[in-house]
Amino acid sequence: MRSSITLSLVALLAFGLMAGAEAKTLRMAYDADPTSLDPHEQLSGATLQLSHLLFDPLVRFRQDMSLEPRLAKSWEQLDDRTTRFHLLDGVKFHSGRTLSAQDVVWTFNRLKQSPDFKALFEPFEGARAIDDLTVDLITKGPYPLVLNLATYIFPMDRQFYTGEDERGRAKDQIVKHGASFASSNASGTGPFTVTEREQGVRLELNRFADYWDKESPGNVERIVLTPIKEAATRVAALLAGDVDFITPVPPTDLARIKDNDCCTLVTMPSPRILMFQLNQERVPAFKDPRVRLAINYAVNREGIAEKIMRGLATAAGQFSPDGYAGYDPALTPRFDVAKAKALMKEAGYEDGFSVTMMAPNNRYIGDQRIAEAVAAMLAKIGIKVDLETMPKAQYWQRFDERAADIMMIGWQSDTQDSANFYEFLVMTPDQETGYGQYNAGNYSNSEVDRLTLETQTMTDEKARAEVLRKIERILYDDAAVLPLQWPHLSWAARRNVRIEPVVNVIDMPYLGDLVID
Amino acid sequence: MKALASGAAFIGHRLIQAMLVMLTILVIAFAVRAALGDPLREIMGEAVPVAERAKLAQELGLDKPWPVQLARYLGGAATGDLGTSYIYKRSTVAVILAKFPASFELVLGAGLIVLLLAVPAGIYCAVRPDALGARLILGLSVLGISIPVFLTGIFLITIFSVWLNWLPAFGRGETVDLGFWDTGLLTRDGLAHLILPAITLSSIMLPLFIRLVRGAMLDELGQDYVRTARAKGARPLRVWLRHALRNALLPLVAVGGLQAGTLIAYTLLTETVFQWPGMGFLFLEAVTRSDIPLITTYLVFVGLLFVIVNTLVDVLSLTLDPRVSLEGAR
Repeated sequence: MRSSITLSLVALLAFGLMAGAEAKTLRMAYDADPTSLDPHEQLSGATLQLSHLLFDPLVRFRQDMSLEPRLAKSWEQLDDRTTRFHLLDGVKFHSGRTLSAQDVVWTFNRLKQSPDFKALFEPFEGARAIDDLTVDLITKGPYPLVLNLATYIFPMDRQFYTGEDERGRAKDQIVKHGASFASSNASGTGPFTVTEREQGVRLELNRFADYWDKESPGNVERIVLTPIKEAATRVAALLAGDVDFITPVPPTDLARIKDNDCCTLVTMPSPRILMFQLNQERVPAFKDPRVRLAINYAVNREGIAEKIMRGLATAAGQFSPDGYAGYDPALTPRFDVAKAKALMKEAGYEDGFSVTMMAPNNRYIGDQRIAEAVAAMLAKIGIKVDLETMPKAQYWQRFDERAADIMMIGWQSDTQDSANFYEFLVMTPDQETGYGQYNAGNYSNSEVDRLTLETQTMTDEKARAEVLRKIERILYDDAAVLPLQWPHLSWAARRNVRIEPVVNVIDMPYLGDLVID
Repeated sequence: MKALASGAAFIGHRLIQAMLVMLTILVIAFAVRAALGDPLREIMGEAVPVAERAKLAQELGLDKPWPVQLARYLGGAATGDLGTSYIYKRSTVAVILAKFPASFELVLGAGLIVLLLAVPAGIYCAVRPDALGARLILGLSVLGISIPVFLTGIFLITIFSVWLNWLPAFGRGETVDLGFWDTGLLTRDGLAHLILPAITLSSIMLPLFIRLVRGAMLDELGQDYVRTARAKGARPLRVWLRHALRNALLPLVAVGGLQAGTLIAYTLLTETVFQWPGMGFLFLEAVTRSDIPLITTYLVFVGLLFVIVNTLVDVLSLTLDPRVSLEGAR
């Protein structure tokens, strides 16, 4: 009797110690919370961040942007239109069901129905289940970015989302402006399940006991996500120890966190390019490449990255960030005011001219101050800028109206590929095809159009990269836009939270693999 | 009987007034709708084709001119439907009502601080106008009113959360759900979370009320009845509190009611600094994310709140001053 009590006490103690060593809670604060649990409702960073917690993709990006197998353990190209994926065996959904190729096909078809995602999957003809663990993705023609898009396929539990909810609506419905079954219920294969959700206040997740990835070093049992909109409060909450992990960190507080022993700061350049577009339709002078070149020479981008962004940005001379196929290290930002003045003179604008400029004031880090700095720099070569800044809610309407001569935009490539920049930002605007949808400069160059379309079907990686770099060089020589910078992403955490290995340039921290000491 | 009838007339009058206020707010809200930003930008990805966006705009009725949208809204309102929030995906009324307790408790906390500090401080400044303490209080109150709420909040967080680690920096902490009311007043954690936001919010009202109490008291102290009471040998404390203060309360209540608007405005800022999950925070969130249905319902709700507060102030004045009649209050 006595020994059995001792034994059970020892067992209890051992269990308690184990639990103490294993069960970690992560309290995380970020700027805004996702509005839905449905991975297909909105194509946004918040949706994808959450998708990586509740679901798992077929493949995902590593920190160096190479691809890592996830639910697809391997893949091969069968012909120039078909890629075959082999799924992991025995992967469990949160509902307890086992993942099969049919779930992947079902998810793929739902993506093609989603207003937000369908354009991205336009090059695909369909998905076909070959057997329970094999699925083929078939494209309409040769398509080089099949794997990049496979990072968007987070298999959903087909049976869980089939049928009708208590209000008689189909469970698989994608509703963008109201409640749906999928917006508040989820069954994926991801490392976490939702245990409590009060929108705008907190989201609580628990580790999924049957998570397939037993090799993951992650030891976080519970996550409490709290949105803290105000950057200063977010930082204070971290420094006070009320939360363990925050993102993003405002540039003004970088030093405060770096100098503090309590916390680690991690930053890396994001692939988002921030730029000004020069509207050639509104300003005839912008039709002259010499004027556009002069503007590129007049703006001290290194200075802006250093002074305004406090080093939290990399000055840009091109669209593609380092690591993208189109990136050419030779295309550095220009800066030479004397040369800028000479170019203005050569173009016949020695006395300068007046233009209007618009920028948002709460969309990108430092947006308003950057716009003010650029306006001041342009004044030095005789271009008088009438600047207007406004909240993003108002800005995009004005952007769509092309309401100013110079407009700011930041762009992230959804495909993590250079061609996406050219398709949206510099190809000749075309209502039919949708190309140039965000080309507020009305820049048009048939060579750029032709080459960009060419890259869409090139499957030889090397040759394709060659063409992408060629486009990048044309845009640089032509000074198509004024590229400013690639802002950096920033995360900060308490010292014992090892965030370095799980954060990445696409800003989707893989919290399933997070280790807390 | 006569009192009852005039009471009913008073309430009826106020109800009509409330309806008119809300209708006016609605017309203005719908007229400026287009300037509030494009909600589609917030609920759709950037790269979504123009055609898809146009389709959703049509589904939401956003492609119609504003009078049509207003007519539709009123039609829905007649059946009790005040729209669905884009970001919360629930009825806007439900969303706002769920956030109301948090704001109410914050205002209550701040109001309590103001009451407990402003009345004694104001009386003290009135009865001892030349004392060093009185000058100090008045001097500090000028300082208090000139520091932006936002800065006060960050300042308090830095001292009490980051340096001293005494109080939490954000949020509402642990709450107890009473079914109809989610309260943070019943747990230690909830109360600890309330302290800094309540102080911050009170910092803006405190100086004003100290000066108000002082002014009103000074007026009363100069009156004949005070001198008479003193001459009859009543103790000073009794004269100040029982006689003078009671009469001084009247202008205080009237101005206090008018301050409700200021209070709501500063609730927005306080709640944002402390990530306090109340109505003010909700409203700013709705504005940044162009959640037009939520913005609209919030404005209507605040309009209603104003009418209710003013009605309460009238009733309160009535009980304080028998000379004020319900007839007059109408």
